[in-house]
Amino acid sequence: MQTLKESLASKKFTITAEICPPKGTDTADFLKKARLLKDKIAAANVTDNQRAVMRLSSLACSVLLLREGIDPVFQMTCRDRNRIAIQSDILGAWVLGIKNILALSGDHVSFGDHREAKAVFDLDSVQLVQVIKKLNNGTNMKDTPLKGGTDFLIGAVVAPEADPWEPEMIKFEKKIEAGARFFQTQAIYDMEKFHKFYEYAKKNDVKILGGILLLKSAKMAHFLNNNVPGITVPNHLIDELEKSKDQLEKGIEIAARQVKELKGFCDGAHIMAIGQEESVVNIIEAAG
Amino acid sequence: MIITKKKGFSKILEYLKDRKNIYLFGCDSCAEQCETGGEKEVKAMAELLKKEGKYITGSSIPAETCYSMLVKKHFREDKEAVENTDAFLVLACGAGVKAVADAAGDGKPVFPALDSLYLANVTRYGHFFEGCSLCGECVLGETGGICPHTQCPKGLLNGPCGGMANGRCEVNMENNCAWVMIYQRLKAQGRLDVLKRIAPPKDYSGSVKPKMLVVESRIKK
Repeated sequence: MQTLKESLASKKFTITAEICPPKGTDTADFLKKARLLKDKIAAANVTDNQRAVMRLSSLACSVLLLREGIDPVFQMTCRDRNRIAIQSDILGAWVLGIKNILALSGDHVSFGDHREAKAVFDLDSVQLVQVIKKLNNGTNMKDTPLKGGTDFLIGAVVAPEADPWEPEMIKFEKKIEAGARFFQTQAIYDMEKFHKFYEYAKKNDVKILGGILLLKSAKMAHFLNNNVPGITVPNHLIDELEKSKDQLEKGIEIAARQVKELKGFCDGAHIMAIGQEESVVNIIEAAG
Repeated sequence: MIITKKKGFSKILEYLKDRKNIYLFGCDSCAEQCETGGEKEVKAMAELLKKEGKYITGSSIPAETCYSMLVKKHFREDKEAVENTDAFLVLACGAGVKAVADAAGDGKPVFPALDSLYLANVTRYGHFFEGCSLCGECVLGETGGICPHTQCPKGLLNGPCGGMANGRCEVNMENNCAWVMIYQRLKAQGRLDVLKRIAPPKDYSGSVKPKMLVVESRIKK
């Protein structure tokens, strides 16, 4: 199997996609979706209790993907663990064979299904990247040598359409300084704006995978706008969905169009098809 | 100022089940200003409890109920009523409840009538805003006087999260993003270099509970 690291180094257009773990121990559906994506994508991201909804762990599901011959991107948020648990779980991921890790802050517990929970955030995403870098260098975050370190490919997230942009840009630069080598962006809606971001970002030695979010329907677009942090689907796309006979088909067409545009200039695409992972293959095929 | 809110009356009745003679404590400081434990609220609580068949043995509203010695003084001054009491109900913050519990000792139960919420700035008369979390290691010098531990729901130290939209906070869109405000202030002060430095993880080693301080120079010899 070709790894994400190899794919990014080969300079060919790299496609990753997100797979969401199940809310329980029945992994049949998760594995079915994963098998559909195998060999179509360079790596699959496994989300870490996204939107603060409790699911099967991202670590366990990453290992399940490895067994299927799929290179996982182990997503790790700062929401649920303190710095001791974070380091311990990251070391655990390494000995289980995981090579890629994506560091995120994590959605706040107030969005999820356990709103009574304590939000941890002992570290933030920049500090998390620093910690992984230290583990890669063979020490813990206190600079104490480890009996065996890690060698993760470290990724992070950036929001190229953040408004205002400058505080986000400063944070992006801190993540690079901390040791992030690839970025998967939040969903792109304004390709021209994204292109400008890409030109700026590539002054650094980092790989950028543009975030593509599959819109299953106009209803979903409205839901995202009202419920999901950091996502604002523009009205012209919602109109396009509403006017079409088959909204899912139209959503796939829009996503494929965006992937095709990215192919013209970007390192790759990161496809987020929340709950509709089987459509990722259609998007990739339609993008040519 | 410590902000408090009233617990539901059913919770208070649950506490006081099987207790007939009740003594009430209020607080003439923070709880008075929040209208949760001043004279008006203590009187109202006494009336409600009487309707439920309770007997009010007495009440006290110390100037500051978190002052343990002041609470003990009220206990001494109202000795007979205190002795005839089955349980104390405290309309003050948790520190006030602790002061009354310490004064009452092991014999009689003490119950809170309020929940303690936060340390507040009084931004306008009757407006209480949480501006400090008493975290033990002040970062306001690096953040333009806007506390990221307090005003950012995630307590992030290196900039906004991905949920920031149009300068607003993902957790409550009515609030400005703390990091956008910090950015704007540092920019206005020509101090964006401070924002560009990676802030290290917070040191919680000085936050082991319970915290205690003795100011030697203030101890009466």
